[in-house]
Amino acid sequence: MKPITWMVGGQQGDGFSSSGETFALGLSRLGYCIYGYFTNSSRIIGGHANYRVRISPYESLANADEIDILVAFDKETVDVNIDKLRDGGVILCDTSLDIELPENHSVQLIQVPIMKTAEELGTKLVKNMVAVGASAALVNVKPDVFLSIMAQRFERKGEKVVQMNTEAIQKGYDYVMENVTLKQDLSLPDVPQSKRMLMTGNDAIGLGAVTAGCRAMYAYPITPATDIMEYLAKKLPQLGGIVLQTEDEIGAINMTIGSAYAGARTMTATSGPGFALMMEAVGLAGMTETPLVIVNTQRGGPSTGLPTKHEQSDLFSALYGNHGEIPKIVLAPSTAEECYYDTIRAFNLAETYQCPVVLLTDLALSQATQSVNYIEPEPPQIERGKLKPLPHKADIDVEALESQAPETRYEQFKRFEDAEDGVSPRVLPGTPQGLHHVTGVEHSEVGRPSEDKVNRKKMMGKRLRKMEHVKVSNGVEVQGNQESDLLVIAWGSSKGVIREAIERVQEQGYNITHAHVKVVLPFPTEELKPYIEGTQHILFIENNGTGQLSALTHQLINDLPESKNLLKYDGEPFYPLEIETKLREMKEWQQRSKTSVTM
Amino acid sequence: MATTFKDFRNDVKPNWCPGCGHFSIQAAIQRAAAKQDLNPEHLAVVSGIGCSGRISGYVNAYGFHGVHGRALPVAQGVKLANPELTVIASGGDGDGYAIGMGHTIHAMRRNIDMTYIVMDNQVYGLTKGQTSPRSRKGFMTKSTPSGAMEKQTQPMQLALSSGVGFLAQGFSGDLKGIVSLIEKGIQHKGFSLINIFSPCVTYNKVNTYDFFKENIIKLEDEEAYDPSNLGMAMQKLIEHNGLVTGVIYQDHEPSFTDQIPDFDDNPIVHQDLNLSSEKIKGLVDEFC
Repeated sequence: MKPITWMVGGQQGDGFSSSGETFALGLSRLGYCIYGYFTNSSRIIGGHANYRVRISPYESLANADEIDILVAFDKETVDVNIDKLRDGGVILCDTSLDIELPENHSVQLIQVPIMKTAEELGTKLVKNMVAVGASAALVNVKPDVFLSIMAQRFERKGEKVVQMNTEAIQKGYDYVMENVTLKQDLSLPDVPQSKRMLMTGNDAIGLGAVTAGCRAMYAYPITPATDIMEYLAKKLPQLGGIVLQTEDEIGAINMTIGSAYAGARTMTATSGPGFALMMEAVGLAGMTETPLVIVNTQRGGPSTGLPTKHEQSDLFSALYGNHGEIPKIVLAPSTAEECYYDTIRAFNLAETYQCPVVLLTDLALSQATQSVNYIEPEPPQIERGKLKPLPHKADIDVEALESQAPETRYEQFKRFEDAEDGVSPRVLPGTPQGLHHVTGVEHSEVGRPSEDKVNRKKMMGKRLRKMEHVKVSNGVEVQGNQESDLLVIAWGSSKGVIREAIERVQEQGYNITHAHVKVVLPFPTEELKPYIEGTQHILFIENNGTGQLSALTHQLINDLPESKNLLKYDGEPFYPLEIETKLREMKEWQQRSKTSVTM
Repeated sequence: MATTFKDFRNDVKPNWCPGCGHFSIQAAIQRAAAKQDLNPEHLAVVSGIGCSGRISGYVNAYGFHGVHGRALPVAQGVKLANPELTVIASGGDGDGYAIGMGHTIHAMRRNIDMTYIVMDNQVYGLTKGQTSPRSRKGFMTKSTPSGAMEKQTQPMQLALSSGVGFLAQGFSGDLKGIVSLIEKGIQHKGFSLINIFSPCVTYNKVNTYDFFKENIIKLEDEEAYDPSNLGMAMQKLIEHNGLVTGVIYQDHEPSFTDQIPDFDDNPIVHQDLNLSSEKIKGLVDEFC
């Protein structure tokens, strides 16, 4: 079977998204792989918004070029999206809507008394569930799974609410089954049931943070990062932790640094504009060697840019945004599953190397709902690096402490000891015989401010030396051969859509290798090199206007073969067809240049 | 064998000018900490930037010297992670009332248990003499050669209207007075703001030791002054153009963490970070 794309649309704030979420969750439980993508605007109520759900028997982490079924809660939804419908696609809407279809179309219009059914059940609110039931009938899936979701979801609200919603689904289903004959079969074939999770990248980061031992989170609301704070606000207090919405992003990151310095596992999450405000403190964390985890979920920039749209244009700011030079690690996961494991990694790396770790995601990755292989509930490895244990205040023998000679008791701890690997022993405030000073000013091994040349050289060297020792596995994920006609290099959420496009083109004997960069700093030069040496040409695919990964790769690896960029920055992620078209162009161009060489 | 002020001294020589008001504030912090029987190991001094920002390195304790205007967020983060520590934040008037003003207001609202000491010299010293938000109108500096054109901030009035739980003001020429105020600030369970007039002998020839001696009103000498009366506090500040010393206001609202059951008794830094498989399973299954 080919994946099917179902889209629901209406006025933002109208609640139509609940039908999308219910439909996606039900199909996920039945064993289908889901990719759900919201498109909305930066306002609360009004304006067209839609949620598309791709349903597939195998993993497909991308929007489809076309949609098969459009569920429209208003006329605007049809007007805006009709050109996305494939030939022979279906529009499902209320009988009251006056829909004029373009001439010479092959779309089947199915009108169902959605509103009337909902009103008969007692509330317009259940219209969304009527639509779910009707949709289930279109793809020939029994409604039971959706009924059980309703029972779970509304259990707390009482029997009546559950009954209204389940009846709405059943009635929608029955109506289509009894009254509609589809011109084309849209039945989903049975798939084996497998236990999967359905989550966004933001969900996965939140979950990863909790299991990694994060117990304090400070953030300022910003699209598309806020979900992370909202998830943790539900979870951390139950574990004795805290989530605090600060006055601004500068407050957020500095509170994060304060808690990290005191010994908590802590993080902040933001998007481009907030990330820009945080930069001075990123440098402070680097200079004070405080473990720091920052999520930057990229959105359309610059300035306020496109707050609710997708982009990958903060690569440079993650790498170079702070003034001065510090050791830093930048991870760029490409799926929700990787978001989970990278978050755990980020906490371990931050403490192991005592430096900032940036988890760089993008809007599509943060907010798209995707199927994730069931995460086995194993407690992850928690690596705290060279951290000395902190005694409880009550367990400290104060008399013994006071009987020590002051020079023993108050001997300054070499918190910034010139260690071979650049990482010094770390002691937390509250530890006897650990007193020291920490400062963003250049300082000695015990943290005393110093402008001495010799000391400066030693301490800068020590901090930057960490980067020679940093080990981050899985820096790049490669599909394809070492020898290739074309090497595609990309990063972030585009992995799925690129794979899909390559599959289409490869069928015609074009040897393409896809290298997806997942750790930006330290850059996986050695991992990439053999593939670069083994290819004729390179194509960088990025959602930005300047080809940032391309520039970085050129900067770090000498003698690259001729490369081109496929860039998109209109606020939407790539569609498979866009990449497929470019790949075909590349193939023709390569063939032409070969011919001209042989002539 | 309790601690004495000597326990809070170290061998670092302050880089302040001779006669700077900050010397007394440093001594007052050391004496107040000893009188409150704190241990240096459980005191964290978090500071900002500028002359006053160096204080974190001059008190024998755990010191954190952050970036300009951001001492309060760092200090609050420290306290939330480990409530077993006594946290003192300190900085200048530029740090607290210019670049960090937002944090100051929200810290008062938030009411996390810590003490904030502002060394108020009404000028920018370390950058060599520019105007501060506390400089009075007409004050001549290198950045305002024709005199400052903006009004002075009134941080004490601002604090009262921002929900501060403990507000005091002192003068570094009165060591005994400021030791007592810092002690009360440390004792207060919640956010305490103590503004201390600390003359800059190099760049501020207006707000000098003599100026304060002549102009300050001591609230303890005022008949029937009641620091639990917000209206009276505001009235006194307006009446004397902010030039009052003593405890201006104190309430006994619960602190931020008092409102979270068991939070202070179960410090985040001492918690076991490993969740049981069962707990993780519960979290994972929410997404199925």
